Amino acid sequence: MTDDRTDASSRPSSHPTRREIIAGGAMVPITMGLPSGAAAQSPRSAATPDAVEVNLTINGTRHALMLDARTTLLDLLREHLDLTGTKKGCDQGQCGACTVLIDGRRANSCLTFAVMYDGAQITTIEGLAASGALHPLQQAFIDHDAFQCGYCTPGQICSAAGLIAEGRAKTAEEIRELMSGNICRCGAYTNIVAAIQQAMERS
Amino acid sequence: MINFQYARASDVADAVRQMANDPTAKFVAGGTNLIDLMKIDVERPTKVIDINRLPLKQVEGIQGGGLRIGALVRNSDLAYHPLIEQRYPVLASAVMAGASQQLRNMASTGGNLLQRTRCHYFYDTATPCNKREPGSGCSAINGHNRMHAILGTGDACIATHPSDMCVALAMLEAKVHVTGASGDRVIAFADFHRLPGDTPQRDTTLNPGEIITAVELPPRGFATNYTYLKIRDRLSYAFALVSVAVGLELDGDTIKEGRFALGGVAHKPWRDPQAEAALRGQPANAATFARAAEVLLRDARGYEHNTFKIDLARRCIVRALSQAARGTPQSQSSKKIM
Repeated sequence: MTDDRTDASSRPSSHPTRREIIAGGAMVPITMGLPSGAAAQSPRSAATPDAVEVNLTINGTRHALMLDARTTLLDLLREHLDLTGTKKGCDQGQCGACTVLIDGRRANSCLTFAVMYDGAQITTIEGLAASGALHPLQQAFIDHDAFQCGYCTPGQICSAAGLIAEGRAKTAEEIRELMSGNICRCGAYTNIVAAIQQAMERS
Repeated sequence: MINFQYARASDVADAVRQMANDPTAKFVAGGTNLIDLMKIDVERPTKVIDINRLPLKQVEGIQGGGLRIGALVRNSDLAYHPLIEQRYPVLASAVMAGASQQLRNMASTGGNLLQRTRCHYFYDTATPCNKREPGSGCSAINGHNRMHAILGTGDACIATHPSDMCVALAMLEAKVHVTGASGDRVIAFADFHRLPGDTPQRDTTLNPGEIITAVELPPRGFATNYTYLKIRDRLSYAFALVSVAVGLELDGDTIKEGRFALGGVAHKPWRDPQAEAALRGQPANAATFARAAEVLLRDARGYEHNTFKIDLARRCIVRALSQAARGTPQSQSSKKIM
């Protein structure tokens, strides 16, 4: 697993990465309307007058945040905390790319206001691997070549982690049905099911 | 999304009090529909009252043998609850036929009842829609109306209610417990959702400021002869073109009591006492089922792109009643329709 932030910061600053350019553009709406000077501060302290206090534990790290109530959990992860492993696909709950685990249960982070989950434990794709070793699902997705472009993969893997914890799917048919909230436009479904079956057998 | 004030309610009384002070406020539970609609400015609450801390998360037995489902019980917890699986399997099946597991993990029982239509004109703020903007007109009646209603429609709106869960609740004759500034009341499920008439902006008979606290299931669960059959454009994770929830009580081959409700065909889950009367005391066979379907669909009206739904509904009713009579309910994993 590549750490996106480490990767980006190791590049010469005269050659910004695509992510740095995108992140730079994405900062604009976050800081709009703030008093001058606030833009240079961490978004965490860039409180709007209506900011709401929320405490979240994300991948084991506690975060005390002041947020505009409109901030979805997805945007908090990606735009405020730089946890860009969680992907924004449709942003309306139809594709599953934004799937994370909230208190161990899979959910669409695009359809949640982060302030609704005060006190919750959030696990994203960045938090699945334990002490440097790949999560069994991550290894299984590699073993079975369960992706093509990879954009849906973090959501697929988080969703599959939720699926295994639920313990309801036993057959390939049941895996397909209970993974139907994760769309793969490359059509890697056959290998995704095989990868999940491998991880289920070893869990 | 417009800015809004965010507030947390600590109990039902607090939620009702906060809502009473602000007619443009909205409750949020799972948020799966409200947040979606707020993102595109179809819903524009100035205040959002978070009710997730309310103590409404239990499924419990009640006097007389029924069950009381707290309004904040999540759809997945409801579908997997042992008492629901054993005694009301048609409800578990209907819940599992809707949405995805991620959404079911978030969506609440009360919120499921209050889902808005998925009519694409309702979602598209660039087009007229009487439900979104009363008096602006209905774009669907002469537009792309393949997903729209064939029963109970009017000139103002032909939208459908999107829920699967509610179709089973209608068949089971659930009751909706609500609390408002003027106290508690109980609404029969058939009276909870309404037809569009001249006021399609109103989906339900809830009064302003009322909150759903629970859904009550009567003792009769039809756990032996039931089915939830849902026909849609793909095998999973799509709204119904037509769905049918059935519960039968048989005496040998004779139908003692027969109920069925349809989804995807009207502004509310559709039940018809006359159609059910056509089942009672009759042999449980294809001819009986076809007659009941004819009665239910007697006033069905198709529009340019959805006339196919009338025949589809007829076939679904017959198939679903057959599944229930045989005791072979539709599997929501294996998509094979037996």
